Order: sequence, then structure tokens, then C-alpha cells
Amino acid sequence: MNNIIELKGVSKYYHDHPVLQDIDLEVKNREFLTILGPSGCGKTTLLRLISGFETPSSGTILMKGKDVSELPAPLRHVNTVFQSYALFPHMNVFENVAFGLRCQHLPKDEIDHRVREALRMVKLEHLILRKPHQLSGGQQQRIAIARAVVNKPLVLLLDEPLSSLDYRLRKTMQMELKQLQSDLGITFILVTHDQEEALSTADRVVIMNHGLIEQIGTPRAVYEEPENLHVAQFVGEVNIFNAKVLAISPDTIEVEFEGKQFTLKNSKNFSEAEFLYILLRPEDLEVWGVNEVQNPENMYSANVVQVIYKGSTVDLILKLKSGTQILATQFFNEDDEKLDFRLGESVWVCWRSGWEVILANDTR
Amino acid sequence: MTQDKLFRTFSTTIVWFWLSVFALVPSFLLFMTSLLVHGDSELVRLQFTVDNYLQLFNANYLRVFLRSFLLAGACTVGCLLLAYPFSYLIARSADRYKGILLLLVVIPFWTSSLIRSYAIVAILKTHGILNTFLLWVGIIDTPIQMLYTDTATLIGLIYTLLPLMILPLYASIEKLDTRLIDAACDLGANKIQVLLKILLPLTLPGILSGCVLVFLPAMTIFYIPDLLGGAKTLLIGNIIQSQFLAARNWPMGATISVALTLLMSMMLFIYWRCYKHKKEPMYESY
Repeated sequence: MNNIIELKGVSKYYHDHPVLQDIDLEVKNREFLTILGPSGCGKTTLLRLISGFETPSSGTILMKGKDVSELPAPLRHVNTVFQSYALFPHMNVFENVAFGLRCQHLPKDEIDHRVREALRMVKLEHLILRKPHQLSGGQQQRIAIARAVVNKPLVLLLDEPLSSLDYRLRKTMQMELKQLQSDLGITFILVTHDQEEALSTADRVVIMNHGLIEQIGTPRAVYEEPENLHVAQFVGEVNIFNAKVLAISPDTIEVEFEGKQFTLKNSKNFSEAEFLYILLRPEDLEVWGVNEVQNPENMYSANVVQVIYKGSTVDLILKLKSGTQILATQFFNEDDEKLDFRLGESVWVCWRSGWEVILANDTR
Repeated sequence: MTQDKLFRTFSTTIVWFWLSVFALVPSFLLFMTSLLVHGDSELVRLQFTVDNYLQLFNANYLRVFLRSFLLAGACTVGCLLLAYPFSYLIARSADRYKGILLLLVVIPFWTSSLIRSYAIVAILKTHGILNTFLLWVGIIDTPIQMLYTDTATLIGLIYTLLPLMILPLYASIEKLDTRLIDAACDLGANKIQVLLKILLPLTLPGILSGCVLVFLPAMTIFYIPDLLGGAKTLLIGNIIQSQFLAARNWPMGATISVALTLLMSMMLFIYWRCYKHKKEPMYESY
């Protein structure tokens, strides 16, 4: 029994409108699971089903193997860090953190001890007598976390906890959450619409769209081997090309896109004349000046439309001869120190062979 | 600038003039009257005395004060118990119903409360609607004496003053962030703990203003005890009325009025202190 939470065929309808459809999800004990999806994809509803604020229209939710589908929120051994923090404005920091323990009528000494311990963990012990409105956003965030973890829940649920913090603080808090999770040794389920946050915090990422789970996997797997177009588009930037299979051999396929033919690995049993998507991440593309290339046989000719300098990288928007615009990210490194592209300049584009992702195009 | 200043001086002058003419001067006259002597041939005799105030400590007056206090208190508690769940339901109902529900609460205000009190008489009297109904259903054999009792007065007071409790309660419950209730449930609070630790403390301003709005008029409305209590239940309002209109003892009536005003000022002061305590100054974060 390694799964702390299991959802089996869980659906949720509001007035006959499906919000979640047939969700199967296994949450492993002590993992950091991140649910990623655009707003309205049902990720918050999924979290509220686990916390007990909603009951599933069908399907079951198991917690440590026991069916908790109908168990109300106060009786579930999970705690939530709300997006708005939802700190009690009439209570000071101590009373806020002690709330859950007081509801259990624990002895005073134990409450005092555990509250201080939780506050020490989020490094805010010195603010114990402050009221929430006297704290900054980041401090309120930490108190909300302390108020939840002080109850030693089986699972800590975090509903977009970092969305209202500024960029730098968000980065810091992501690292701290990760650290806190390994210190506490409990399961974290974090909901976010920020793909960078999802990838950098999670052990596993669940990607949702329109009430369905699109893919579950490690951050690396969902980024490098997306199972469908939505996952590829939602996690990071991607260039998508329409391609057609010209010929097949047991291991390779001959495809044509943007007017050139390539031999690629036949990774998914594609058949002849099938339509495909070829996905290329911007960082997989190499851009060369016209003078740098001797043999441009497998390269596309393009013009520089826009140059976006980002410090550690340079992003180029390129226009292929067919009119398709693509995005290419160039890094500063020893091989290629010349990255000063001019607008309108003619360049050659290729990609590192084998880094492409090939998906079947079901729409044709 | 100067024009702005002139406007401000002008408007404050008007406010002061208004307050003086309609509040300060009458109160001062009332206070002066309370220090004079009641005459047989004239309304007041210009003779300074504090006798009236000493008379207040007469057991009869104290009893009336206490009775009024208890009845107004019972009325306030009754209103609070009825209004809180009701206001909660309105505040938590769908937005499109809120307006209609609040309108329904306010509509009775458009009818004179005197007429509404007569309506209660029609319901409560021995051969009234309620008794007829109870007899018809068979719950009772003989009509119950309901009119001209303290209960009737209490019912009348609660009915008349209930909206004054509902509106401030609604305002403060409506403002309450429901996510705080979610958070409390999430932390394992049961319904009673949510009520006592979250709902009541956070809606306390509404509760206090509702209580003040109900308690103060409940002490002084004289026509409801008159009509429904059958003038048997003497309350402060009735005494003041009868001192001025029946006994023609203006100084005594004035004295009771002043005492009542002082009492209420004290309560408003306590309310103000409670409310001020709620709002603590903001500190700079960090």
C-alpha cells in the first residue's frame, strides 16, 4: 500500500455540466505532486474533492485505502493552504496556527509546543503576536502553511499558494516548499497554472485540461515526451509542424514537412500516408549565419523577424520561406559566441536530430 | 482655495446651526425643565430644585426602569435569535434573490407601525385570528388570553423592531469571507466551533449595532405596550408620555427623559468602545 490517496473513476457535475470526468489518480506517499492546468480545467475542484469540500458525483476517493468519498472536510486528515491564505483576521498568529489543535481539544502545553515548532519551521517565531493584517503577503503565506502543517496531515493541499507573490519571492517559496516537504516527509499536492512552478517543485506532474487528465509523469517526461499537443503547448514553448509520412521501414519513417524530407525514428508505429505533428522546442533549434554553413542540405532558410535578448539566452522569431513563424532560443556558449542577429538577416535553421517529438495528427 | 475654505466654513456652520436648533437647544430646555418645579396652575414654576432626580430613586420608578430594561433586553435577544439565522440565509442565498428578500424585509416599514400594531391586536385578541385558528384545528378548547400580556408586548416589539436587527446583521454576514469558514472546516472545526470561533466574532460589529438599534427604541416605544400590553405594563416610554400628557407634570417627565438619555448615552459609549477595540491601527509590514 504505497498510495496515500486514490481516485477511481471520479466525476463531478455542476447542474449537468461536467467539471471533472472519470478521473483516475494515484498519489504516492511522501511525493510532491503538482496538478497543472489552465484556469477552469477542474484542478481546483479536484483539490476540493480531496479536501472534502465537494463530494464526487460518481466514483470513489480512497485515503489510506479507506473510502472517504462522503466524509466531510472537518473529519478528513488533510489540510489546505488556500490561495487567499484565509487567515482568521480576528486572531493573532499564535491563535491562527493553534486553531486546528484547539478544535481537537489538545492540552495547552502540547498546543503551545507544536505551534512554536511550526512557526520555527517557517522562520516566523518572532511574529507570534501579530495580527494577519500586520504581515506582508509572504509572511501571511508562511503562516497559512504553518497553520496547516501543525496538524500533521496525511496530505497537504496547496491551492495556487504562490500566485499572489512577486516573481522573486515566488522562486524562493518554491524552493522552501520543496525543502519543507522533504523535512516533514508528508505528501504535498500543489495546484498551479504556472508551468515553471509545476516543473520545478514536483516529483510528478498531472496535466489537466477540460476536466480530464492529459498526462501524468515526471517533469522531465511531460516536457520531453508530451503525449499530446495540448501537453506540449501548455508545458513550455513549442514549434509545431504538420508533416506527412511518405514511406516507412521497420525502424524509420520518411516524412516531409515545410518542403523538405527527413528520415526520423518510427517510435510509435506510424503507417504510410499518415499525417503527423513534428514538435520542436525552441532550444532544440540551431540558428546559423549564412556564412557559417558550408552544406545547408538539411537546413531551412529563414529570415530573422524579431530578436529578444533575455540575458542568458537570445530568443529569435524566424520566418521560414513558407511564411511559418517559429521561435528559436540560442544560448551563449563556447561553440557559438556570435549571437548578434540583425533583423531581416538570412539564416539557416536546423535541429538536433532525435530531439523532435512526433505525434499522430488525429484531426485530419 | 479661499472659496473652498469658505464653502467648508459655510457647511460646518449649517451643521452646527442645525444641531443647535434641533438637538442642543431642545435638550438644554429639557434639562432645564427637569430642574424646575411642577405647579398646579401653570406648567412649570421657575424654582430651581433637584427633587425630581431624587424622586427617580423611588422604588416605583426604579421598578419601571428595570422592567423596561428587561423587556427591551428580552426583545433584543429575541430579535437577535430570530434575525441571525435569517440574515445568514439571505446573505448566503443566490445574488439574484438577495435584493428581493431584503425588499420583503423592508416593505412592512412602508406601513405605519401603529397600523401594524393594530393588525397584531386583530391576530392576538380573544376572538382573533390566532385563537380562532387554534380552536378550529382543535389544539385548544377555550381561547387563550394573549392580548394585554407581557408576551403580547414582547411579540409586538420584536415584530416591529426585527428589521432593525436584520439589516446590520445582513451587512456584516454578507461581508464575511466564506473562505474563512472553509478554512475553519479544513482545520477540523465542527459547526458549533465555526459558529463560536469564526462567525460570531467576525460579525460582532453587526451584532452590536443591531442590538443598539433594537434596544434603544424598545425602551421608549410607548404605543406598543399601550395597545398590546393594555397599559398594564408600564414602561419608561409610557411614564414619560403620561407625565407630559396626563399628569401634566412636565418637570418629572423631563427628568425621566434626561435619565433615559444618560442611560442610553452610556450604552452607546460602551458600544463605541467595543467597536473601537475591534479596529486596531495598521502597522507597516516587516
